[in-house]
Amino acid sequence: MSPHKSLTIKNIKAIFILLLMIFFTNTQLTPSLRAESLKTIPDSEKQPNLLAIVNARIVPVVGEEIPSGAILIENGKIKAIGPDIDIPSEARVIEARGLIAYPGMIDSYSSLGLVEISGVSATVDNRETGRINPQVKAVEALKYDSMHIPIARSNGIVAAVVSPSGGLIAGQSTLVKLDGWTNREMVIKESLALMVELPGIRGARRGFMGFGGQQPAISTEKALAELKELFHQARMYEKRRELAKKNLLLPQPDFDETSECLLPVVKGELPVIFSVHADKDIIQTIKFVQEEKIKAIFYQVEQGFKVAEEIKKAGIPCIIGSLYDQPPVWEDGYDSLFINPGILNKAGVKIAFSSSSASAAKDLPYHAAKAAAFGLDRKEALKAVTIYPAEIFGVDKMMGSLEPGKLANIVLTDGDLLELGTTVAKVFIEGKEVDMGNRYTELMEKFKKREKEK
Amino acid sequence: MKNQSLKIIFFLALSILLVFSGSWLLAGGNLLIKNATILPVTGEPIPKGDVLIINGLIKQIGQNLTAPAGTRIIEASGKYLIPGIIDTHTHIALSGTNEGTDAVTPEVNMAEVINADDTSIFTALSGGVTMVHTMHGSANVIGGMNVVLKLKWGKPSEQLIVKEAYPTLKFALGENVKQSNRVLIPGRLQRYPATRMGANALIRRELLRARDYMAEWDRYEKLKNSKNPPANLLPPRRDLRLETLADLLRGKLYARCHAYVATEMVEFLNLAKEFGFKVGAFEHAWEAYKITDELLSAGVGISVFIDSWAYKMEAAEGIAYNAAYCTQRGILVSINSDSAERIRRLFNEAGKAVKYGLTRDEALKMITINAAKQLGVDRLVGSIEVGKQADLALFNEHPMSAYTRCDLTIIEGEVYFDREQIIKEREEASAKKGGN
Repeated sequence: MSPHKSLTIKNIKAIFILLLMIFFTNTQLTPSLRAESLKTIPDSEKQPNLLAIVNARIVPVVGEEIPSGAILIENGKIKAIGPDIDIPSEARVIEARGLIAYPGMIDSYSSLGLVEISGVSATVDNRETGRINPQVKAVEALKYDSMHIPIARSNGIVAAVVSPSGGLIAGQSTLVKLDGWTNREMVIKESLALMVELPGIRGARRGFMGFGGQQPAISTEKALAELKELFHQARMYEKRRELAKKNLLLPQPDFDETSECLLPVVKGELPVIFSVHADKDIIQTIKFVQEEKIKAIFYQVEQGFKVAEEIKKAGIPCIIGSLYDQPPVWEDGYDSLFINPGILNKAGVKIAFSSSSASAAKDLPYHAAKAAAFGLDRKEALKAVTIYPAEIFGVDKMMGSLEPGKLANIVLTDGDLLELGTTVAKVFIEGKEVDMGNRYTELMEKFKKREKEK
Repeated sequence: MKNQSLKIIFFLALSILLVFSGSWLLAGGNLLIKNATILPVTGEPIPKGDVLIINGLIKQIGQNLTAPAGTRIIEASGKYLIPGIIDTHTHIALSGTNEGTDAVTPEVNMAEVINADDTSIFTALSGGVTMVHTMHGSANVIGGMNVVLKLKWGKPSEQLIVKEAYPTLKFALGENVKQSNRVLIPGRLQRYPATRMGANALIRRELLRARDYMAEWDRYEKLKNSKNPPANLLPPRRDLRLETLADLLRGKLYARCHAYVATEMVEFLNLAKEFGFKVGAFEHAWEAYKITDELLSAGVGISVFIDSWAYKMEAAEGIAYNAAYCTQRGILVSINSDSAERIRRLFNEAGKAVKYGLTRDEALKMITINAAKQLGVDRLVGSIEVGKQADLALFNEHPMSAYTRCDLTIIEGEVYFDREQIIKEREEASAKKGGN
């Protein structure tokens, strides 16, 4: 049999099947049958456009606490909230007696979706080679089905900054909600900020088992000078392009990827997150930010407590790095990382906590509580994982607190949101009740079956 | 000239002052702690209780206790007094961790490389830790002898060693000994073993050698002690490696085995059965929740992280339920730090277990009495009981709360960490700086 002949037979077969399919869809699958098949999805799994959480203690973060009240959600947004609001009869009602309603938390720096198993390089996507990488975007590598996301989510975290790291310019961070069937579905702000990593405090950062140790020993002065030059080049690139547009005799400048990607920064449209550590480096960076007239957010700021007034004066918000760390300098005191957030907050600096992790992203609330154990006001600690990050990232109109008009990002707990033993009962992201199942629960259920087999 | 003598007098006065302030900080093993919420761990909590410590031992627990004149009294009202925290797996206070050049190195002993100046000791004290099992690393299959230390910061190393603790020998399995996460350098030979099969075979081989070695010595002893010992009788050659392994087979040592996946733990238990040696605990034991039956029937406990996971392939199924579930199944579980950083928040790590099903009391046990049992020191420390050594820690909130902070750490009635004192000194120093 020639291959041609067999192909023809196959084609005929395919056409026949196609015809059959058309025939059946037109005749057999009547509208009533279609409705039947839809009914097999249980009502509880459908996300109604009207949802009411009733009899909860409500901690809205912005505004007074409501000892017992209801939250009405319509099309993913909070429609009404209060001790005595009207609940339409068609709303799906969630009884929350004994539970506390909080706004969902925001992780201000993480590698969620970029790092699965840190020791297995095939699963690590957060660090590009080289030092200057403004062109790389976290959103474009985001593993939306990362095993770490449902774990973080079921601990009350609803959104996270995902950031590349390494080098001087690490790439572009993104702000995502922790729900979505693709990376793009998760996006809140695709390009949130440009991540810049300034040198650490000498000797401060030790790597894990010999990996990921210190950055090359360049000074912050040199790093900032290098940035200044790159920013200057970007401005010149833009100028030459503008001139060329006006004057046909001038050639267009050659495509320059780095300048291209730095343009939104130098125009003051895209903020820069500076990972900055020592007090003197913080001061230098403030000066740099002011000279360059760029938008800035600081990250890590381990010695921020020494220059809190200056940071406050500059109006630069600070993302606190992981508190699962040693003090960078022994002389700063054993508790310097723990007291730092409280001192910054008291000075009037806007702070937000971060997990700085993927596999430990769920621990975000515990960093806030740790700072509270060392002087940060507890209510401020809660704000620093909810409304403050929302304000820092310019999304406070849509999230960060429980207020009418905002997205219904709600967490129901049986206790203090930042407490270790608290169980998160339910999480809603944009009004949708999310699946609380995760790698932990799945494996536990699987191996608990062994007990039952006997 | 006059100036000089004034200077001398000044320094003399200063040193006398320093000596006295020092003796005030170290109350000589006598202390009275008043009005604390006492969590004895082995008994019911005592609200507003006192603990009297005489010569480093807990003399009395109760209400309205009085102390001999001159005893330092610590007012602890509103605070929580717990037994000193015990970390069953660390590598702090050592000037070396891994003799990883060979796959078999049981002749090395961590007791010989104690570094009493390691600032990690102070870091640990700031988190209420009073005792550590500081171990050989996991670079090779049969590591070295581990050592149990009390964190008597400022004392010479020999005063740190807890001689009553079980002698333990480190074993390691899985990715570390296979060197699977090591950067391959062309030309560098790969060390045997490179597989889990090899690791197991290697342990069996070494234990068989040790068995032969013991038999050789038995034969020699028998001949030597016989009525007519041969004239030219020579003892077998002493082998320090096999000597340690022979002690393991004689039941004088406990194996502490670094293992992650279920299979390697099951196989190690089989080896223990085959050769009749004791297993103190599995270290990390991320997949212990899969083999609770085997662990229970072998009577082997685990020393684990609460949730530090997914850092390598063999930790990818390390679920945060592990410690809680194994505890509920009846396995003896302790939470370890394995880190000079995590050690100062070990209480937070234990506290997380409440989320995964344990009570606060059960969670607290994992870093106190359970740990003491695993190290064989539970009749000395690990709970607040009359007659036990006064290793204690004072917290401003319940130690299993996220909002808690360690304020005071005591070993044998001596204060080794005092947050109030540190704050005071810090304020004085900054006032001085400001004055200048």
